[in-house]
Amino acid sequence: MYTEKVMDHFSNPRNVGEIPDADGEGTVGNPTCGDLMTIYIKVKDDVIEDIKFKTFGCGAAIATSSMVTELAIGKTVDEALQISRNDVADALDGLPPVKMHCSNLAADALQAAIEDYKKKQAEKE
Amino acid sequence: MIYLDNSATTPLDPEVFKSMEPYFLEEFGNASTFYKLGREARKALEIARENVAALIGANPQEIIFTSGGTESDNMAIKGTAYRWKNKGKHIITSVIEHPAVEETCRYLEKNGFEVTYLPVYEEGLVRVEDVKEAIRDDTILITIMQANNEIGTIQPIAEIGKITSEKGIYFHTDAVQSVGKIPVKVEDLNVNLLSLSSHKLNGPKGVGALYIKKGTILEPLIHGGGHERGLRPGTENIPGIVGLGKACELARTHLDENIKQLTALREQLIAGVLGEIEESYLNGDHEKRLPNNAHFRFSGIEGESLVLHLDAKGIAASTGSACSSKSLEPSHVLMALGMEEVDAHGSLRLSLGKNITSDDVEFTIKAIKDSVNLLRSMSPLWNKN
Ligand SMILES: Cc1ncc(COP(=O)(O)O)c(C=O)c1O
Ligand code: FES
Repeated sequence: MYTEKVMDHFSNPRNVGEIPDADGEGTVGNPTCGDLMTIYIKVKDDVIEDIKFKTFGCGAAIATSSMVTELAIGKTVDEALQISRNDVADALDGLPPVKMHCSNLAADALQAAIEDYKKKQAEKE
Repeated sequence: MIYLDNSATTPLDPEVFKSMEPYFLEEFGNASTFYKLGREARKALEIARENVAALIGANPQEIIFTSGGTESDNMAIKGTAYRWKNKGKHIITSVIEHPAVEETCRYLEKNGFEVTYLPVYEEGLVRVEDVKEAIRDDTILITIMQANNEIGTIQPIAEIGKITSEKGIYFHTDAVQSVGKIPVKVEDLNVNLLSLSSHKLNGPKGVGALYIKKGTILEPLIHGGGHERGLRPGTENIPGIVGLGKACELARTHLDENIKQLTALREQLIAGVLGEIEESYLNGDHEKRLPNNAHFRFSGIEGESLVLHLDAKGIAASTGSACSSKSLEPSHVLMALGMEEVDAHGSLRLSLGKNITSDDVEFTIKAIKDSVNLLRSMSPLWNKN
């Protein structure tokens, strides 16, 4: 039911972990379907230099977390904000219909991390 | 592959397959005809009926062949409801039934019947006092499964049967998971109706039976040519029925040794998992449990990703029942145990069966441990790394 790309990112997830001194951190979740996702970003000159994730969830949740970190790394925060739910699913060659909300979560967690970064920047200024 | 999903379905026993083979090509007769070919088919049908009856201590005349557990459940429940609706409209069941029973009850609720759903508490067992209290003057049927398909708990069917037989209320049990796994004798259970399914005991898929105690009267759900005492018309599925008969015969002759062997493997599995993996728990009562079922939950991880990791290691297991893996809802059975949703999502069902060895169990324990550790290392709900 999952594509090869999904299984690849599920079996060998990229960028797993935490960033203790992250510049931004976002957590989203929906315990009813079993998922909770945290994304940490390290930003330098507005570019996402490092990104890590931790996920509790199904195979699709882990694969989309991994994929969204790959899509975001090296991008400016404003570019990364444009990464949509569909971008994540497309990059994985699609997800089963009941699993589409898992990619929503990955995109939402990334956005939450970026919002958190922007808020912290605003506070500094 | 190590197949640990025998509650979903079981592999066909080669001996069962051999018994079925002649009935596809040479012995293709219609059991309702009177020449030799038809008589041979009839003979095979009746031998199968004897074998099914012998496994559950019934008379052959009390066995009706069906297309499986789902049909048997429907026949028992709707057949009783339609036949006795003028006597009463109240039905009692439990909250952990298989959809074949649960959805049938919900359908009847929409059509003028009232249904009481009994709780099961933390250990996953119906309490006999609750049954007693739920009985009303207009109760016409009690339907409670003998063994649960997810957590494997065994319900106090004989005790409930004592009450229903005294009160003259029909009692049905879905014994799809228990027949062939534990001793099942209809006389001891005091049931009027009992469902069983061939593919759960190393027989072919798409065939089953309903035990209907002598004197118990049902309304037929389908109408036609009078086969199976008019309750289940239609030309019989002879190869399937022969396979079911053979599977029952094998289950009966090997019952004691199978129970001993499966219980030993189950205990090895439970001790290994609970001993090796911190914050792992057994769901459902340990003692009143099928010999082949172990159902675990692990803090901090989600079941589907665990099943995928095990699959990659060559182990077939499931998060719960095969039916609910298409929906994202946590299992209604686990929620009925009073579990939190996150915990219900972290569950794993392992159901043992034929050809599993002690080495397989050892390998499985190690595989679960490695997978759980890996998933916990990436879980935001696990902070002990
Ligand atoms: C408890 C229980 N009842 C009924 C069924 C349905 O049986 P069948 O698949 O033969 O229709 C199953 C298995 O799927 C089951 O586990
Ligand atoms: S985590 Fe919600 S089902 Fe994928």
